[in-house]
Amino acid sequence: MELTINGKIHQVDVDEDMPLLWALRDELKLTGTKFGCGAGLCGACTIHINGNPARACLTPVSAAKGATITTIEGLSEAGNHPLQQAWIKHNVPQCGYCQSGQLMSAAALLANNPNPTEQEIDSAMSGNLCRCGTYPRIKTAIKDAALAYPAKGSNTNA
Amino acid sequence: MRKQDSRISVVSRRKFLQLAGIGSGGLILGSGFTGAQPVWADADNASDSEHTLNLFVSIAPDDTVSIVCHRSEMGQGIRTGLPQIVADEMEADWEKVNVIQGLADKRYGSQNTDGSRSIRNFYHTMRTMGASARHMLEAAAAQLWTVPVASCQALQHRVHHKDSGRSIRFGELAELAASQPVPEASALKLKSSEDFNYIGKPVATYDTPDMVVGKGQYGQDIQLENMLIASIERAPVLGSTVASVKQDKARAVKDVVAIETMDGGQLPPLFHPLAGVAVLATNTWAALKGRKALEITWSDSPHSDHNSTEYIDTLKQRVAKPGKTVTAYGDTDTELAKSERHHSATYSVPYLTHAAMEPPSATAVVGENSCEIWACTQTPQSAQQNVAKALGLKPEQVKVNVTLLGGGFGRKSKPDFAVEAAVLARKMQRPVKVVWSREDDIRHSYYHAASAAYFEAGLNSDGLVSAWRQRTAFPSISGTFSAGVDHPSAGELSLGFADLAFDIPNRTCETAVAEYHTRIGWMRSVANIQNAFGICSFADELAHLSGQTPDAFLLELIGKDRYVNPNQEDFKYGNYGAQLKDSPVDTARLKRVVKETAAKADFSLNNGKGEGWGIAVHRSFLSYVGIATRVEVQGDKLRVAEMHCVADVGLAVNPDRVNAQMEGAMIFGLSLALMGEVTMENGAVKNSNFHDYPLLRMQQCPALHVHLLTSDQPPAGVGEPGVPPVAPSITNAIYAACGERIRDLPVNMHMSLA
Repeated sequence: MELTINGKIHQVDVDEDMPLLWALRDELKLTGTKFGCGAGLCGACTIHINGNPARACLTPVSAAKGATITTIEGLSEAGNHPLQQAWIKHNVPQCGYCQSGQLMSAAALLANNPNPTEQEIDSAMSGNLCRCGTYPRIKTAIKDAALAYPAKGSNTNA
Repeated sequence: MRKQDSRISVVSRRKFLQLAGIGSGGLILGSGFTGAQPVWADADNASDSEHTLNLFVSIAPDDTVSIVCHRSEMGQGIRTGLPQIVADEMEADWEKVNVIQGLADKRYGSQNTDGSRSIRNFYHTMRTMGASARHMLEAAAAQLWTVPVASCQALQHRVHHKDSGRSIRFGELAELAASQPVPEASALKLKSSEDFNYIGKPVATYDTPDMVVGKGQYGQDIQLENMLIASIERAPVLGSTVASVKQDKARAVKDVVAIETMDGGQLPPLFHPLAGVAVLATNTWAALKGRKALEITWSDSPHSDHNSTEYIDTLKQRVAKPGKTVTAYGDTDTELAKSERHHSATYSVPYLTHAAMEPPSATAVVGENSCEIWACTQTPQSAQQNVAKALGLKPEQVKVNVTLLGGGFGRKSKPDFAVEAAVLARKMQRPVKVVWSREDDIRHSYYHAASAAYFEAGLNSDGLVSAWRQRTAFPSISGTFSAGVDHPSAGELSLGFADLAFDIPNRTCETAVAEYHTRIGWMRSVANIQNAFGICSFADELAHLSGQTPDAFLLELIGKDRYVNPNQEDFKYGNYGAQLKDSPVDTARLKRVVKETAAKADFSLNNGKGEGWGIAVHRSFLSYVGIATRVEVQGDKLRVAEMHCVADVGLAVNPDRVNAQMEGAMIFGLSLALMGEVTMENGAVKNSNFHDYPLLRMQQCPALHVHLLTSDQPPAGVGEPGVPPVAPSITNAIYAACGERIRDLPVNMHMSLA
């Protein structure tokens, strides 16, 4: 089976019902996408499929055939996505385990809505759990990263 | 400086630790090291270019200073905090520091990363290690230049000669420095605090750049050649074993390689693996699928009739009756009988679990006389000992590599999962990674004890508390290690219960019976959770009864400035492992926190009309923390709107990480107070995943504020002490807002969450 991940085509020989999470982690050794619950409840495995956030633990590989898949390893080439920079600036992570998923959810949010309101951030991030308690810093970092996005229409945010 | 492969390279850098040693010069300084021998880098062995100055420090010619972090990183920032102290003392440039994760090695002293003690117990050791390295670098420069050592000074990664203005890089001095005699402890001069470059500064977390690109390596992420993945169906009830198992369907799953029955069911449970059936496969998905296809019959267990709801009811009944006295002052019974007003209340907290985002995982490779483990363990030496025991090896034949931990909170200080990996790797004769699922984590934890506590007090005609009784019952962690334990231990009563800092002349502290039915263990702040919930709630109830504001009442209750000595007859107070003379129970510090916490609240809002402030203060892990919470209540709907944490943690080595720990503690406390409950039916845990063991989500998180109080006291605990006062500050605020007193956690049993 052919999967397009982070701009590269990979061949994987796995069952069609295997969740993408395990194809990424076990077969392709892309372990940045984390296993937290296996049931779409925590968001640690969030990736992008055709630019939309998806839970890799619930997405069978068969559903990802022909799609463009982005994982945390491919969020930016040099690790300098505005969100990654903001995460470093605000020292967001504690244990860091949920942060791949947090970043991927936040990146999908900003790609579609560069100037989210507080409520829009809450709503986009509500599926991503953090047990260490980094929510306030995640929110601050998202708002900060949003400043790097071009303002839309009259909604100036510079 | 960062080396992306630093954690991987630790595996191939065995020599580093073989060479690392501690000098004969007395650097040990009571740090807990025993039997350390002078083992020095010598020319014959120095094939790798690093030169070792002491157990924690080595320097490469390219100027890289490698500093060992011997404690586990689980989000508290210890891989930054400890090396930051060393780097400061040795005048290293933080940009050139490479952090090496220490293997399990008793020469480091305790590596058991719990009890909020990494900084408080190793602050001085780390400074000593840094100072020793600095002295050796200066001595090397003096030798090179043939000048008096007193004229050489290390500053920011170079040694300078004052008189000539010459200077030389650390890297150029590395080899010569490693050959210098280790300075005597008495000869070491520590920096004065005004010269600190990093201590007390918000140094950025060392591992963050890896984490944001997905390169942080956790226990679950280990990948070895030819490795099998194991998923284990474990006995649902403590003490139960596999009676029979039908394997055919599981064996038929593609990529399943083997099915192995795990022995277990021992009581007391210690850190033994639970009984179960392991499905081993070449990928995790196949292991999980195979496991679902197993048909297992479990043996009966003496704990099969344990039901947590009934159990808590039983504890509540027991604590209302006379119990076993732990400490007693004055004449509580007489004074209670004489009091103007009498008030009593019973509180309960259910079983709780850690639910770290990374479920436990360990990988093992077993040879004939060796074993190597990679695990997200809080306690590498305990993993080493328990694996060695299970395999019949000597501890030194077991090498334990500590990965990053995706959260720990106490769960990963139990190495049962490392033993599982080792046992299976020996059976399979190939590398095995044991992957715990979320369901495994929720259902097979070492739970925070369910508890009940009874309080009664008498107020005299002046509204002062003249007598106070507190009685608690919860299954002890000691039951995990010894059969038949049915009262809380002195250690648990030392966690914010028998060290009550109230100046009440007549008071008793008692316990009641609580049998052990499930694995009980440490969870972030441990018994302080229920102890502070009871004490801080009951004090608030009395404040309302006496018509005083909560802060005025607390200040009066705490009384004059003094050091409290909780020791009495048979009761020996633990004081978190510290001496009372060094780290007293200091009421002045507690009162300062009361005042600063109250200053964040606005008690004039407390009129029962839907909005209110509550406060709670508590000393734990030698730190003093107050929480002020504002809630809004509409009908039965609760919204926690705002929370302030006021903390006196002594010297904050890295104030940004201290702030982060307090932010995290508030959120951890919010989760447990509002929605935390593990339910057991017929001995088995009913919860399974985040839908029925929910954690606070972003949209439920109030505005959080941390206020660190400046302090000239030594560093105290940071990871845990923020947690205990959170729950009572919330329920006190709810009472202030609507007049409903919540005495049984979690809050969502009584109100719905906005």
